Amino acid sequence: MDQDRGVVGHIRRVGRYTLDGVARLGRAVVFFARLVPGFSVVVTRLSLVVQQIYMTGVLTLVIVVVSGAFVGMILALQGYNTLVRYDAQSSLGLLVALSLVRELGPVLTALLFAGRAGSALTAEIGLMKATEQLAGMEMMAVDPLKRVVAPRFLAGWVAVPLLAAIFSAVGILAAYVVAVSDLGLDGGVFWAQMQSGVSVTNDIMGGAIKSVVFGLVISWIAVFEGYDARPTSEGVSRATTRTVVSSSLAVLGLDFIMTAFMLRGL
Amino acid sequence: MDPRPIRTQPLVSVHDLSFYRDRRMIFQGLNLAIERGKVTVIMGGSGVGKTTLLNLIGGRLTPAGGSVTVDGQQVSALARRELFRLRRRIGMLFQSGALLTDLDVFENVAFPLREHTRLPASLIRHLVLMKLELVGLRGARRLYPAELSGGMARRVALARAISLDPMMVMYDEPFAGLDPIGMGVITKLIRELNDALGMTSIVVTHDVAEASAIADYIYLLDQGRVIAEGTPAAMQASTAPEVRQFMGGLPDGPVAFHYPAADYLADLLGS
Repeated sequence: MDQDRGVVGHIRRVGRYTLDGVARLGRAVVFFARLVPGFSVVVTRLSLVVQQIYMTGVLTLVIVVVSGAFVGMILALQGYNTLVRYDAQSSLGLLVALSLVRELGPVLTALLFAGRAGSALTAEIGLMKATEQLAGMEMMAVDPLKRVVAPRFLAGWVAVPLLAAIFSAVGILAAYVVAVSDLGLDGGVFWAQMQSGVSVTNDIMGGAIKSVVFGLVISWIAVFEGYDARPTSEGVSRATTRTVVSSSLAVLGLDFIMTAFMLRGL
Repeated sequence: MDPRPIRTQPLVSVHDLSFYRDRRMIFQGLNLAIERGKVTVIMGGSGVGKTTLLNLIGGRLTPAGGSVTVDGQQVSALARRELFRLRRRIGMLFQSGALLTDLDVFENVAFPLREHTRLPASLIRHLVLMKLELVGLRGARRLYPAELSGGMARRVALARAISLDPMMVMYDEPFAGLDPIGMGVITKLIRELNDALGMTSIVVTHDVAEASAIADYIYLLDQGRVIAEGTPAAMQASTAPEVRQFMGGLPDGPVAFHYPAADYLADLLGS
């Protein structure tokens, strides 16, 4: 214990945290490798996956629609405020659409999903572990990775891109309403600018790729944290917090990397 | 008279088993045999590794040394697929029940049938109702686990454990936390199911009275090995101090009251 004091103690602690982190990462990768054979559930028991998409999707849908609407309206006001200085307010539709489709849609949806569905996923799996439900399944010769974890992981992975698309669509519609009714812009110009300026291969695909990656990472972190949680109430609560923190940071970090590659090319 | 028949192989035999958890010894040189068709009770104080033993028999843990053989197959040597095939023939009753909380009673009992068989829905319904009737909970089929009392949850878990008609059921602390009536029900069920369905039962418990009432044969564990074994009558009559301490529920004896500690006086006077 005395060795944990002073400078040496600090160095020790840094070392321990680093080792813990690396070990954790390793466990997460091994866990993922064990999870992959369970993906066959899509073929054998598609209903399990569909049910989970419904659960996670519905869980997050309301918050995604409401946030999307507000973000769209804010973008319209802020964008107009800047564009009007250069007499470029006719490009508002383009500005809003590009911001949402390329950046805000995928990222904000991912953050909302992590907070709402990701944490719920971790808590659910963690509690199933704490109450011996997963152990019980194993003793009934049912693989919990295949029966419980894989459907939830796949559902999360699929749900995020779908929700991101809804987020962007709602945001654009809300921006349109504000632009036309409040700011007095012409509706036709709003859409026309968007139509000519947004590229399917570049902008929409770029956003889609981002949200697919975010969906994968968040679902992975959420199910791993739940499965790796200490089977106590404290363990589950810590795991839930960790899911939100790590997946939010992962989303922002990955977003920077992917944006850099997409804008500057490989 | 030795109640164990000589000619048949035991269903489960544990040979020279050792197991460690974080370098702490749980078992060392553990030997025991579970006879077919009998109710075998494994007793021992809390923390002696009774549940761990069930997990070793069920293949959820791997022994550090020695072997566990179930129906002629060495559990730790089985590939995952074979292990799962073996587990389908073993029912396990967890202390908490381990019911799936998002499914109702009917679906919980149907769960192993739906996962492992392709029976038509009408047949599954018949089987589930039969199992629920056995534990007296046919009327509770639409309740959810959260709506059940502890005793009811354990009976549902028992119905689920026998839904695939296993050759053996392992009971982890089946009497813990039950009122006297609930205990009586579980005791009756274990005995009846064992005899009527021709199963083999392993009961892990520290309840001396219930264990004596139900057991054909008792193993008493301490310090990672079997310290006494015999029929309930033989155990009650035993003069060995460890056995008498446990069967009589005496607070101090060969099993020390105190957790190992430094000298009391030195501890109090020290900083």
